[in-house]
Amino acid sequence: MFLVKCPWCGWRDQTEFSYGGEAHIARPLEPGQISDQEWGDYIYTRTNTKGIHAERWVHTQACGRWFNALRHTVTDVMWDSYKMGEDAPTPPKDWDGLTCCDDHKKLAEGAKK
Amino acid sequence: MSQSYRLSDKGRLDRSQKLTFTYDGQSYTGYRGDTLASALLANGVKLVGRSFKYHRPRGIMSAGSEEPNALVQLETGPRTEPNTRATVVDLYDGLTAASQNCWPSVKFDVQSVNQKIAKLFPAGFYYKTFMFPASWWTPVYEKIIRRAAGLGKSPMERDPDSYAQKFAFCDVLVVGGGPAGIAAALAAGRTGARVILADEQQEMGGALLSDDALIDGQPALDWVAKSLAELARLEEVTILPRTTVSGYYDYNYLTALERVTDHLGPQADDRIPRQRFWKIRAKKVVLAQGAIERPLVFADNDRPGIMLAAALRTYINRYGVLPGRQVVVFTNNDSAYKTAIDAHTAGAVVDIVDLRVDPTGPLVKQAEALMIRIHKGSAVVATFGKHAVTGCEIAKISADGKSLTSDTTFIGCDILANSNGWNPSVHLWSQARGKLTWDAEKNCFIPGHAGPWLPVAAGSGTGTYDLGNCLSQGFAQGAAAAQAAGFGSGEVPKTPETEPLVEGPERMVWTIPGKKPLGHGKAKHFHDHQNDVVASDIHLAAREGYLSVEHLKRYTTTGMGTDQGKTSNVNALAIMAEIRNAAIPEVGTTTFRPPYTPITFGAVTGQNRNHLFIQERTSAMHPAHVENGAVFEDVGDWKRPWYFPKTSKSGVTETMDEAVLRECRQVRETVGMLDASTLGKIDIQGKDAAEFLNWVYTNKWDTLKPGRARYGLMLNEHGMVFDDGVTTRLADDHFHMTTTTGGAARVLGWLENWSQTEWPQMEVYMTSVTEQWAVCTITGPNARALLADVTSMPLDPETFPFMAMQEGTVAGAPARVYRISFTGDLAYEINVPARYGLHVWRALQDAGKSHGLCLYGTETMHVLRAEKGFIIVGQDTDGTVTPMDLDMDWIVSKKKDDFLGRRSFYRTDTKREGRKQLVGLLTDNPNFVLPEGAHIVEDVKPKPPMKTLGHVTSSYYSPNVGRSIALALVADGIKRKGDTLSVPLMNGHVEKVTLTDTVFFDKEGARSNG
Repeated sequence: MFLVKCPWCGWRDQTEFSYGGEAHIARPLEPGQISDQEWGDYIYTRTNTKGIHAERWVHTQACGRWFNALRHTVTDVMWDSYKMGEDAPTPPKDWDGLTCCDDHKKLAEGAKK
Repeated sequence: MSQSYRLSDKGRLDRSQKLTFTYDGQSYTGYRGDTLASALLANGVKLVGRSFKYHRPRGIMSAGSEEPNALVQLETGPRTEPNTRATVVDLYDGLTAASQNCWPSVKFDVQSVNQKIAKLFPAGFYYKTFMFPASWWTPVYEKIIRRAAGLGKSPMERDPDSYAQKFAFCDVLVVGGGPAGIAAALAAGRTGARVILADEQQEMGGALLSDDALIDGQPALDWVAKSLAELARLEEVTILPRTTVSGYYDYNYLTALERVTDHLGPQADDRIPRQRFWKIRAKKVVLAQGAIERPLVFADNDRPGIMLAAALRTYINRYGVLPGRQVVVFTNNDSAYKTAIDAHTAGAVVDIVDLRVDPTGPLVKQAEALMIRIHKGSAVVATFGKHAVTGCEIAKISADGKSLTSDTTFIGCDILANSNGWNPSVHLWSQARGKLTWDAEKNCFIPGHAGPWLPVAAGSGTGTYDLGNCLSQGFAQGAAAAQAAGFGSGEVPKTPETEPLVEGPERMVWTIPGKKPLGHGKAKHFHDHQNDVVASDIHLAAREGYLSVEHLKRYTTTGMGTDQGKTSNVNALAIMAEIRNAAIPEVGTTTFRPPYTPITFGAVTGQNRNHLFIQERTSAMHPAHVENGAVFEDVGDWKRPWYFPKTSKSGVTETMDEAVLRECRQVRETVGMLDASTLGKIDIQGKDAAEFLNWVYTNKWDTLKPGRARYGLMLNEHGMVFDDGVTTRLADDHFHMTTTTGGAARVLGWLENWSQTEWPQMEVYMTSVTEQWAVCTITGPNARALLADVTSMPLDPETFPFMAMQEGTVAGAPARVYRISFTGDLAYEINVPARYGLHVWRALQDAGKSHGLCLYGTETMHVLRAEKGFIIVGQDTDGTVTPMDLDMDWIVSKKKDDFLGRRSFYRTDTKREGRKQLVGLLTDNPNFVLPEGAHIVEDVKPKPPMKTLGHVTSSYYSPNVGRSIALALVADGIKRKGDTLSVPLMNGHVEKVTLTDTVFFDKEGARSNG
């Protein structure tokens, strides 16, 4: 069981959340105008990424809000989450998938001191 | 015999507390601080059980949780616990235990004949013997095996004890309360970090409890006491003795079992939990679990009285027990010399048999100075004794360790302590996905590359056995862990003075040669005592091709059982490595899995049992249902009245069928009342609410007038029906939605999902109001008259038509009355705030007396709706059914460009021929009720497989239609109405059925106006 960061409530146990699959899959604006293939892609096709994955979560057992998050699918570490409609944050290029954004903030603050 | 093996001047026991206990019916005494094992040894009891497969006499091998042998049945009746390791059972007054796997007694065990025919029980014996026929497995073979290869017996009654669970968060979790763990906890605790220090033993101190080491010139246990006192003063530090950290999961989530009252015995007051299951989320984890001694694999190394060297030392020093008078210490290393010296000092006659030709360490010198006989370059090659060891034969062995180079010499002994070096406890490290490294100098696996959650290890668990190094590692790791968790500067406390450990090298002989070659003669070289696996079994497995460690484990059962191979795994790997002529790390290790030691199911369950296992939901009218004699049905978590059986004056109670027939008839004749409170209810508000409903339902909602209701089907994006219900427009920007009872939460989640993620621009808000409204549904020809008795609202069909809603008062309570019907008859769904539900129900029941009111439950509701062909989502649909498959095109708006699921209607699979469609079924025999789920076929064959065209989804006897009725999903069913098909049943009967329309009763729909 890993930890999930709710943009409203902070880091909480995974058991409080429900998973909503890959993020940023917009519903086609005019489904009547697209092919079966395109509609099928919208419903079924997912990237199944190894590495950084943008995905949707909902804080079911608490605030009930849906949000997006970046999780490393190898380590299950969540880098950060962001509210619906916001741009995805960018983890550092050399992110090892082991630390989260808040660890990095702490390290950066430590370095300033 | 009264503790005749007890030493008067040693041991950490409270001798003022004498405890009486019973083992195998015999009464003994011990002291507070004893374990069952130490108390048995103090009383001279060495034989404690019989082995798993061969029923050989077995004794106590260790002094800790690694014990493979001394498994006992603790207590009796509902509290009985099988396979309990005597070495970890803290003694309490009145304890009762018995030996296992023996009959009629541990001394005379009938099945010990298995020893004589041991040749018939090699590795893989079960697989080879119990092969054919396969159909014999469960009825025949399994019973034989289970009876013969028994361990303890499970309790048959409910567990009378209570268990607790605790969720904890800490900055630093320290696992293990030996010197390294205490040092780590001190270093971390002093920074102000929140620290949990857990140790499985009754007392903190680890190996120091068995030792005479000095720290800063004082007894080490003084340092332990001082350190624990300091930790106790630190507000953020929690010390958990008798707590085994059993599992290490992702994100530093660890589980631990705290034995709260086990050491006090069964408690009368179940408000005190027997055990507490901790779920700990730690920022950093320090693993200081110590090391476990490895046994030597020599001939007949399993007789009672043969034990690990360090265990003997623990019994002498910690428990004040010298369990024998003549001790042989058989070793490949220096550490066992401490045991020899302490046994000698305690008064035993001691012989050391050392595999090494020229041992030279200071401990060797010390033993020589004490005039302890040391047989160098020698090995124990045979042991003797029926119920306990009485002696052994030793001989010199060759340089390659494979053969004897001298005649054997007999040494009498009643204790044979042995040591093959040490295995650091790397279990949790490995559970946390850490890698293990083979240390060729120390001949053991040590923590290698850390897993993703970066635990750190300290102490002998890293292969460091020097006390000073253990302490400084503990201090350093504790300080670093606290700093990583955001506490302290990382400054490492100064390590106190200790005497450095100087030890000579070990000599590894993984299989000690016997008088005959391995596998010949009667001698057995056990490497896994719990599973009765011997070295020759590993050779057999290798010969048969089970070379990989995972295959070896499963074929021989090495490393399974309650001890999970704590003493056996590395020996097995090493022997396999020798056979394969490979290095040990090439053979690999098995994966360590949780739990580290067995944990009680009750503790995992915690408080979630009995009425707390599932939270029962009951409606506001529940007390009335109980009074009215309802039989309840579980619908989701709800308790709903299923039917209301009546009892005649002569005391005969209706069966379910009788009650349902009566209820079905009476509802349509007069009036019936159903508690419909459990239906999901969602209040939807906002200026875009109507547009939002247009998206989530297939029909149009913006055209609905306030005060009017409409039925809706909800689809997923695949175009499949997933919920239905009636939604009412209360105002322009306000709707009241109902869902299925089971689908309420799912539907609200679905609506929230779309409103938050896809259409955040829409102003629409959803709130569950399921529990805010109590709903009495009255239906039947007399419904209007009944309602008129308790309300002044206008009920004439012109003012209050079908599919309309009125607000007013009913029986004095504020109410929303919906004129909607799930029976096809005139019906009113009377919604009142839940607090008035019981009152209104009772008022309607009273008023109903003059209208022939009948209470009915879910079963009658199902029959009545089936008579009308109304579907139940989830029963007549299964997630692959479109509205068109249900013959409900009428509910799919042709005017809307889009709604959820619409595009999928035009996918090739959704519009193809041959889809299963909902139809009615009439059986040839009008009294025959088809079983739900039965398959419908065109061509009946003598036996399956047959090509199935579909299945029965709903099936009842309908008194109002006067025959059985059924609904079914059948391929191309709508086109095939009128066709006759067959339903072959399990018992061989084939029922002919005719496909019909889904409406069986009141096809014109005339009755809905009353």
